Amino acid sequence: MRKKNLLLWISATLVYLFLYLPLVLVVVFSFNDSKLNAEWVGFTWKWYGKLLHNREMLTAAMNSLIIATVSAGVATILGTLAGMAMSQCRLRLLQFLVLSPIAMPDILMGVSLLLLFIMVNMTLGLLSIMLAHITFCIGFVALSVQARMSSMDPALVEAARDLGASPWRCFRDITLPLLIPGILAGALMAFTLSIDDFVITFFTAGVGSSTLPLQIYSMVKIAVTPEVNAVSTLLMLLTLVVITTASRLSPAIFRGE
Amino acid sequence: MQGKAWYKYLLSLPPMAYLLIFFATPTLIMLLASFRYAGEYGGLAPWYLHESGRLTLDLTLENWQRLLETDIYLRLFLKSIGYAVATTLICMVMGYPLALMIARSGRKNRDFLLLLVILPFWSNFLVRIYAWMIIFSPVGALTRMLNGVLGLIGMGPVTLMYSPTAMLVCLVYVHLPFMVLPLYANLEKHDLDMLDAAQDLGAGKWRRFWLITWPLSLPGITAGSILVFIPVLGMFAIPDLLGGTNGIMIGNVIKQQFMESRDWPFGSVLSMVLTVTAVAVVLLGSWLGRRR
Repeated sequence: MRKKNLLLWISATLVYLFLYLPLVLVVVFSFNDSKLNAEWVGFTWKWYGKLLHNREMLTAAMNSLIIATVSAGVATILGTLAGMAMSQCRLRLLQFLVLSPIAMPDILMGVSLLLLFIMVNMTLGLLSIMLAHITFCIGFVALSVQARMSSMDPALVEAARDLGASPWRCFRDITLPLLIPGILAGALMAFTLSIDDFVITFFTAGVGSSTLPLQIYSMVKIAVTPEVNAVSTLLMLLTLVVITTASRLSPAIFRGE
Repeated sequence: MQGKAWYKYLLSLPPMAYLLIFFATPTLIMLLASFRYAGEYGGLAPWYLHESGRLTLDLTLENWQRLLETDIYLRLFLKSIGYAVATTLICMVMGYPLALMIARSGRKNRDFLLLLVILPFWSNFLVRIYAWMIIFSPVGALTRMLNGVLGLIGMGPVTLMYSPTAMLVCLVYVHLPFMVLPLYANLEKHDLDMLDAAQDLGAGKWRRFWLITWPLSLPGITAGSILVFIPVLGMFAIPDLLGGTNGIMIGNVIKQQFMESRDWPFGSVLSMVLTVTAVAVVLLGSWLGRRR
C-alpha cells in the first residue's frame, strides 16, 4: 500500500485555509461592534439590524429574488430541452450555442446584450436583466441534464416501447422521473448563478433595477463597512444551502465538467 | 427508428432560437458596431442613413485604425495576458496538490473534500473580492503587522491595497476552483496499479510522479488552464476594486468605453479583439487535447 504523503496533505491543507480564511473573516467582522474591519471589539447584531432598515438594500434583494426565480425557471425549461436534445443526437449548432456562452468572458456577453437591447429600443430594467441571465444559465442546466441522461439506461425506454407505451407516456413515466434530480440540480445552479451575477447585470441593468451584487458593488466602491459584511454573510448562507442541496441531488455534475 | 429524429430537432428548437437571438445576434451586432460611428450623444449612431430616401448602411474603419495608432492598447492587451498567464500558473501550482490529495483520498471523503472546494467558488464573486479588500486594507491587521516588521529593519511602510500583488492574489483566489475541478476529474481516473507497478520496479516517489501522474494529467491541466485564463483575461471588477490606477486591464477599458466615455464603436473593437483572443485560446486548447 502507498503511504499517505505528508507533504501533499500539508500543502492541500494550506490551500484550503487560503480558500476559507478570507470568507471566515467576512463573517466574523459582520458581528463586530466596530465600524472598521480591523480588530475584534465586541459582539453585536447591529449591522444586521441596519440592513433591515436599508430601503435600497431591501429593494435590491427583492429584485434579485424575482430575477433569479424567473430566470432559473425559464432557463430550466430551455436548458432541459437542450440537454435532452444534446444527449440524443449530435447537433453541432446547438452544442456550439449552449457551450460558447460558458466559455466566453462575462464582460463580452454583458456589452453585446447591451448593444442588442439598445438597438431594439428596450428600456433597461428587470426584464432585460432576466433575458440576459436566462442566456448564461441555459448552458449550465443543459450540462446537468445531459450528464443525467447519459447515465440513464436506454433499455428502460426500449422495454416500455416494446410493451406498447406511446412515446409521450415513455417520456412522462420513465424519462422525466429519472431526469428530475438533474433538472433540479440545474435549476438550483441557475438560481445561484443569477443571484450572484455581477458583470452581466452591471451592463444590462437600468435605473431603479439594482440587484444585491450591484448594491454591494456601489457600497464597496465608496467605503468598506460592516453592513456589507452582514449582507455578504446572508448571501453566503443562502448559497451554502442551495449548493449543498444541488450537490446532494446530482453529485456527478460538480465533477467532470 | 423512424419518426424519432424529428422530435429531437423539435426539442432543440426553443433553446436554439433563444440562444440565436440572445447570444449569436448580439455578437454579430458587436462586430457590426465596431465598424460604425459613435452617436452624437455617445452610444451608436443610428444604424441607417436616410439619404435621398434611400437606406444605406454606413461603415468605417476609423475605430480599428484607432486601435493601431498607438501602442497603448497593444501594451494593455499584453499586460492583461501577462496577468492571465501568471494567474494560471499560480493556480496550477496551488491547485495541483489539492486536486491530487482529493483524488487519492478515500471514496467517502472525496465528495466532501470536493464540496469544500466548490462552496467558496459558488459564494458571491463580489463578496470574495471584498474579503481581500478587508485583508489588504491599510488599517487591517496584515498591513500593520507587515509594516511593524518592516519598521524594525528600518524600511518604509508599504500599502498592500491597490497593488499588482493584491490584484494577483485575488485573481488566484477567485479562479482557483476552475483549475482544481477539471484536474481532479482527470486525476481521479488514473489507474493506481500503474503507480504500484512502478514502485515494485524500484521507482522512487518523484520519479513515479514525473513519469506517470504528471504526463497523464496534462489534459486536466489544459482544461483547467483554459477555464482560468479566459475569465481572467476579461476581468474588470478585481482591477477596479483592488488594482488602483496602475492595475488597469483590458476589461476596465471596455467597461469605460461602454459606460463612461460612451464610445460604443471603439468599445466594440476592443471587445472583438478580446473575443478573438478567447476563441483562439479555446481552439489552441482543444488542438493540444486532440494531439495527445
